[in-house]
Amino acid sequence: MNEAAVAGGMDIRQVIYIVTLFVASVLFILGLHGLSHVKSARRGMIMAAVGMLIAVVGTLLHNRIVTYGWIGGGLVAGTLIGIPLGLWIPMTKMPERIAFSHAFGGLAVALVGISEFFNYHQGLTRFDLGAVGFEVLLGTVTFTGSLMAFGKLQGFLPGRPQTFWGQKALNFGLLGTGLIMLVALVVHPQAQIFFYSLVAIGLFLGVLLVVPIGGADMPVVICLLNSYAGLAAAATGFALNNPVLIVCGALDGGSGFILAVIMSKAMNRSFGNVLFGAFGAVDHAEGGGGADKAGSQYANVKSCTPEEAAAILSGSQLVIIAPGYGMAVAHAQHAVFELTKLLESRGATVKFAIHPVAGRMPGHMNVLLAEAQVPYEQLVEMERINSEFSQADVALVIGANDVTNPSARNDTGSPIYGMPILDVDKAKSVIVIKRSLGSGFAGIKNPLFEAPNVMMMFEDAKNGIEQISKELKAL
Amino acid sequence: MHLEQLILLLYIFALAIFSGYQVISKVPPLLHTPLMAFTNAISGISLVASLIIAGEARNLTTSILGAIAVAAATINVVGGFLITDRMLKMFQKKEKAKS
Repeated sequence: MNEAAVAGGMDIRQVIYIVTLFVASVLFILGLHGLSHVKSARRGMIMAAVGMLIAVVGTLLHNRIVTYGWIGGGLVAGTLIGIPLGLWIPMTKMPERIAFSHAFGGLAVALVGISEFFNYHQGLTRFDLGAVGFEVLLGTVTFTGSLMAFGKLQGFLPGRPQTFWGQKALNFGLLGTGLIMLVALVVHPQAQIFFYSLVAIGLFLGVLLVVPIGGADMPVVICLLNSYAGLAAAATGFALNNPVLIVCGALDGGSGFILAVIMSKAMNRSFGNVLFGAFGAVDHAEGGGGADKAGSQYANVKSCTPEEAAAILSGSQLVIIAPGYGMAVAHAQHAVFELTKLLESRGATVKFAIHPVAGRMPGHMNVLLAEAQVPYEQLVEMERINSEFSQADVALVIGANDVTNPSARNDTGSPIYGMPILDVDKAKSVIVIKRSLGSGFAGIKNPLFEAPNVMMMFEDAKNGIEQISKELKAL
Repeated sequence: MHLEQLILLLYIFALAIFSGYQVISKVPPLLHTPLMAFTNAISGISLVASLIIAGEARNLTTSILGAIAVAAATINVVGGFLITDRMLKMFQKKEKAKS
């Protein structure tokens, strides 16, 4: 427990261990810095990977390690599972993949905390116990919470928010009990019951926190779980007196938190709501009114055929494409890129308008379009593209709904009033490819669909785009 | 852990939070998904804690828990870096083609 206690009698292995942890910490921060530009991003990633390797090698020399059998087994198993998870998961499954891996992060941290307590609880100081308590609470919450998020994204569990009477009270009660157990553990270090209750509470709380969350709130939840996983790792660093865990945990926790704040702003949710992502979704869903009713509320909706859409697009100078989750669901990104190339060969400029919460995780649309080889220069953030819609001949909305809803701008009574949206309605004409008039996650009517310059093409995103491309080629 | 150690670690934590905030707020939204994969990979640093648990041979229970923790953390390290690399390559492909 006292490797950082710099004493004269340190053996060479201890020195190497401490130095490698320091070098790794620096490399992680520098690596993350690389991500500020596309050009330097890969170099940054390689620096971090080298840092990881150095830290692992340095740790293997630690004098507490006396046998390598279990370590070898774990490393081999982890590598064998990690390689396919890294190489073969398609980009459309990225939110699921990220949620799933947060579960592993939470599990690893929780198991370390449990083992540490199991082996050493008699020698732990109150500070240590507090740190280990936080570690297992955060670790277990992250573990089950991430599995729930993964299940919802993957469709194993219903994606709709599951709400029941007294849910908030239950969650807050459970959280409160967890914190009381944590305090009790510090006050009565010998009472192991408090520690194991904490483990159980964490596991339950993780499930219950994610139960009321619906699909479109997933970007916030994934970011939050990312943050919890980081904070759990930082708590491990406190418990084990290990600075590299603290640095990494702080980076990971901070990153998740910053992204969660960005996401919540883009979804018009309050900051308080971010800390416990779940609690906003409940009201959201209740105010929703039901998706089926939405279709019948529309009047004067104009629909168009692929031929008509192609005819409008063929004469366009500037086309702005606004993709949404529908594009990811339909795996339409490659078809979209084909259409983009066709339009460009006809002399049009094509840009993509990326709303921060389009999709199921931060940057989801960017990754999908990058996969389809759309140059990233064409992917434009909401703040920068919105002024360009007024010059656009066509805004092509693909599988997006709430993020284009003009009620957010002008209807003070709307639940999404104030939410930043893509101003697609300002383009000369708007073509919306969407399977039906069903409402988006907010469960509200989108007046965009009735606007005089808007035409609806009721198609699955991939089919719709492919048909337009076909017609465009025939012109 | 004693009070002075705790304070020292809190220094490290606070400074890491500040530098992390500076660095992360400069990451463009374009790279937010790779950022999440990247932080997921480096959060696999909990591997260094798992390795000690798995290797210190205190008793069978914690050796097994430690080995599972090693495997879980390794999955994140290996899978996380591979997938980050895959994504960043996609972003850079066009870069090279253009220049």
